[in-house]
This record gives sequence, C-alpha cells and structure tokens, in this order.
Amino acid sequence: MTATSLTSTQGAGRTGDKVFSGATLAAGCLILAVLFGVALFLVVQAIPALTAPADKIQGGQGFFAYIWPIVVGTLIAAVIALVIATPIAIGVALFISHFAPRGLASGLGYVVDLLAAIPSVVYGAWGAAFLAREISPAYGWLAGNMGWLPIFEGPASATGKTILTAGIVLAVMVLPIITSLSREIFLQAPKLHEEAALALGATRWEMIKMAVLPFARPGIISAVMLGLGRALGETMAVALVLSSGALTASLIQSGNQTIAAEIALNFPEASGIKVSTLIAAGLVLFVITLAVNMIARWVITRHKEFSGAN
Amino acid sequence: MTSTVTPVRSKRSALTKGQLPKYAPYAVLGAALIVGAAILALIGFNAFGWGVVSAILFAVGLVSWSAVVEGSRKAKDRLATCLVVGSFLVALLPLISVIWTVLVNGIPGLLNPGFLTNSMNGVTGAFDNKAVESGAPVLGGIYHALLGTVQITLLATVISVPVGLLTAIYLVEYGQDGRLARAITFFVDVMTGIPSIVAGLFAAAFFFVVVGPGTKTGAVAAVALSVLMIPVVVRSSEEMLKIVPNELREAAYALGVRKWRTILKVVIPTAISGIASGVTLAIARVIGETAPILVTAGFATSINTNVFGGWMASLPTFIYTQILNPTSPSNPDPSSQRAWGAALVLIILVMVLNLVARLIARIFAPKSGR
Repeated sequence: MTATSLTSTQGAGRTGDKVFSGATLAAGCLILAVLFGVALFLVVQAIPALTAPADKIQGGQGFFAYIWPIVVGTLIAAVIALVIATPIAIGVALFISHFAPRGLASGLGYVVDLLAAIPSVVYGAWGAAFLAREISPAYGWLAGNMGWLPIFEGPASATGKTILTAGIVLAVMVLPIITSLSREIFLQAPKLHEEAALALGATRWEMIKMAVLPFARPGIISAVMLGLGRALGETMAVALVLSSGALTASLIQSGNQTIAAEIALNFPEASGIKVSTLIAAGLVLFVITLAVNMIARWVITRHKEFSGAN
Repeated sequence: MTSTVTPVRSKRSALTKGQLPKYAPYAVLGAALIVGAAILALIGFNAFGWGVVSAILFAVGLVSWSAVVEGSRKAKDRLATCLVVGSFLVALLPLISVIWTVLVNGIPGLLNPGFLTNSMNGVTGAFDNKAVESGAPVLGGIYHALLGTVQITLLATVISVPVGLLTAIYLVEYGQDGRLARAITFFVDVMTGIPSIVAGLFAAAFFFVVVGPGTKTGAVAAVALSVLMIPVVVRSSEEMLKIVPNELREAAYALGVRKWRTILKVVIPTAISGIASGVTLAIARVIGETAPILVTAGFATSINTNVFGGWMASLPTFIYTQILNPTSPSNPDPSSQRAWGAALVLIILVMVLNLVARLIARIFAPKSGR
C-alpha cells in the first residue's frame, strides 16, 4: 500500500518532469532541424537554377559562369579585410591583455566591443559617404606610382567606391571579432610561464614571443577563420560601398561583386528563375562559410583538449 | 668624472646605466610632434597627416635612441610596444569616425519636426525637389520603420527566447555531454557563423514553399532574425546556467523537489540576470540586421501593423533604400538626411540596449551570501 501511495503522490511531478525534459529535448532538436532545414530549403529552391538551360540564367552562360566571378570577388574582399584586420586585431588584443594598465583594460575592451555593436548598414553608409570620398585621392596616387602592379592598375575610380574600400570597411567590421577572441586566448596564457620568462630577464616583448604567442597560435588561427566567415557573409558594407561590375584584377577600379551583395541588390525585385539563381548563390555562400566555420571550430576544440584550458 | 663625486651617486648611475630616462618617451613625442608639424607645413598641413607622420617619427626616434643607449633587445621591446599601442589607436579611428559622421549628418534629420511621428506615406520626389529648391521643410519620417523594427524584433524575440533557453537547459541539465548534446553544441556554434543574408534566404525559401511564392511579411523577417538570434541566446544562457553552483541543485533535490521544479524555481532564478542581459545583447545584435529583412519583408513606405500580411519597413532597410534609391533621384540630399537621422536613431537604440544589458547584469546579479 505504501508503495502505491508513494507513486500516486509522485505521479503529477513525474508528468511535469517528463513534459519539461521533453520540451528541452524538442527545443534542442528543433535547432538541428533548423540548420538541416536551411540546407534543405535552399537546395530545393536552388534546383531550378541548377537544372535550367544555360541561356535562361543571367549572363546567358549557365549557373557556373554566373557564380564563379562573384565567388572570386567575395574571396578578394574577404582576403583584403583579413590582411588589414589580423595584425591590427592581434595588436589591439595584446594591448588590452598585456600592455594596458589593469584598471583600464576592461574599459578599453568595452570600447572595442562598441565597434561590434554598430549595425552593418551604418558601416555601409559611412563607407559610402565618408571613407570612399576621403580615400579616393590615395587611389589616384596608387594608380600613378604603383600602377605597374596589376592590383593597383589605373585609372583609379574617382568616387573611391572600389573593392578595396569595401575590404577596408569589412576589416573594421571583423576587427572586434578577431580582437575579442584573441584577447580571451592571450588572457588564458599560463601565468607561470610568463612570470618565469620575466624572472629570467626577458623583456616584455620577448616574454610575449616566448610564452604567449606559441600558446595562442591555434586560438589566433581560429579567430581569424571566424573573422573570415563574417567577412565572407557580410552584405551591407559591400552592397552600399562597392559600385559593382565585372571581375577585375585591379582593386582600385570599380568592378567586382560579392555573393551577399549580389543577392541583396537583386533579390527584392527578382522573380521566377532569377530567385532560384540568387538562392543557389546563397547556397554556395552557405557552403563556403559553413566549411570555414567548421574548420575554425575544429581547431578550437582540438586545441581545448590538450591545452588544459577551461 | 661623475663616478667620483659621491659613492651614492655612482651607485645610482651604475643601476640606471644603459637605460633611457623616464621622460624619454615624452621628449621624443614632443620632438616628433614639432618635426611632424614642420614637415607637414612644407607639403600642406592636415591633422590626419600630422598624426601619421608624428607617430612614425616617434617610433623611429624612440627605437633608434633606445638601440644606441639600451641595446637591441630593449629596442625591439620598445618597437613592439609602439606597434601594439599604435594598432590600438588605429582601431579607434574608424570608431570615432563612424560615430562622428553619424552625429554630424544625423542630428539635422533627427531634429526635423515630425521625423519620429510621420511615415513616408505619400512623400514623393516632388516634395524633396521642393525642399531643395525653395527651402521647404523636408517631409517624411521613420515612424513606419520604427514600428516595423519593434514588431519584427519583438516577434523574433518571442520565437527565439523559449527555444534558445530550453535548448540551453537541455545542454546543461539533461544532455550530460552525450552525443546529442555535443552535436547541438557544435551546430549552435556553426549556426553563429551563418551569414545573415543566408538566414534571410532560408526564411524566404521556407515560406515560398510552405505558404506560396513571393510571400514577404514581417513574420518571415522575424523567422530569419530568429535563426540569427537563437544561437546567441543558447550560448549566453548556457554559460549562465553552467555557473549556477551545484550545491543549490543538490539542496533542492535533498528536500525532495522534482528536477523540473528545481530548474524552474532554483536554477533559472539564480541565473536570470545573466540570461536577461544575454537576451538583450542578442536583441541588440539582430535589431541592426539589414540583409535578412531586405529579402524577407521587402520595404514599405506606409505604416503596417500586421506582422503576418504585407510588406513591412524597418530602420535598417529604411536607411539602405534611402541611400541606394533616394526618393527623388535628382535631389538625393533630403533622402540622405532621413537616412542619417534613422542611422542615429538605430545606433542610439543599439547602445541603449547594450547599456540596459549591462545594467540588468549588475542590478539583478544574485546576492552571494558567502
């Protein structure tokens, strides 16, 4: 009798337990389903563009002739952004973690986080209205003095709305991401190693070179990869800043286009096969960023296992 | 000979021998500023060029002085310090420039009467032409966009918070680091990296299949934003739930409280400040997203209070369209004034949300009895 009374009083609670754990499980599975759904629905909507006859696609030469110039354009913009942002971001992260006075460090970190809080469309507007105008004389100088390099071949764009400007705006946008991740890693560097280096008479830079950077290298690599993912997928900065066109090697002429900007500029007015083409372009972008992010996460988890951090 | 004056003096100089004096950086900085101004005066003065030239002169001067007096190791250290501080200053430039540009261009738009209370309904290029030519007031405002942003973001929050919070609870309380939990953690991380425009395309493609081609409403945009918001909510809530001390859970179990009651009554209230601030930060992140709304909600010029029907405006898409397709193509100035005004409002919104998140985290932090 006691056994039954026990189970009966617990009955209600047990139902609650089951419902609640079921709900949490369902929410978790929903996330997996959403990610799967993203891939599935993009594929379903993209199939018409992939199977359509070549002359129906924009440009008239089939989907792959349409997509490869903008894939290359996307990569160019992202590479410019990373080349500019990575050294500065590592410098800023080192400044906050090892150079700034203790009391200031968290406040300075917040200042850099402010950069991440500014919406991308505002960066785009800033790039188009301010940066492009201010930087165009520099492009004229580059075309005049460095024009023998294919990437600086003239005539330079008079408006400054070039892929290089877009890349600089992207660099500003990925800077806080790389900074905050590298800062975390730098702060995790073993204190004992740092103190040992200093005790042996190393200067601060030698200490950082010997104790901090080797420890942080995988973390920096993955931070850069995550920044790359962001730079590849960023839309507004490019859509507003770049006056797009055909693929060109010169970074200071107008021309080139990225996948995300191509979608944003054309999707609102698109219909029929054009919608499919743009969704297929989005699928390509999704696959590229997914691969980049997965590699970054893999580097992080692999690093976690042997560092003993966390 | 200084070493023969007094023994104390000679000892001090032996200790500080081979070091630059404390005032060395300031002296070099002063010299660099003066020389920089002189050089710039020769080729045409501007503040930006002065800063750059002075910074380079400062680094070169300090490092070479240090190399002569202190040796190459100390000189390298000073060079590294210069580069690190320099990169921080370089990183501040765009921040200051962006905020300055938005303030200077945005305040006239924001102070325009009716800017916050009017929509763009009926405002045509003719009005803008008149505003430029005869100085009539710039008509139109952002009321419809503000309303759209609030509705879309609110709906996205309503979708994301339960899903994100429940997932976080699963990961911390039920998952036990099993295969499913690890898969969810991994894919949540991957989801964080989905480009925002792809999230928009997903929502669009989903509704094209389920409802019908060309479906563009506020709700579609809210779904797109949820895809971006859920991973942020999961990550922040998970971190907060993880730091709830296990003793609290064990105390509740020892009193015979069911697990779900323990989570609802003990774990979540303890972590609520962190969760709330994480949610606020997630809202701040998605409120400025442009691309997903552009491809899912279209852009409207009039007020639309129905999230489930018709195109809907939002602040980011308002800025985007006003810049890219001015209301009057021949006179884009009124449009760009409206765009900068909207950008200022958007930045203020995001900053306030960030501030609120910090306040929530500070004020409602659990009182630790120990």
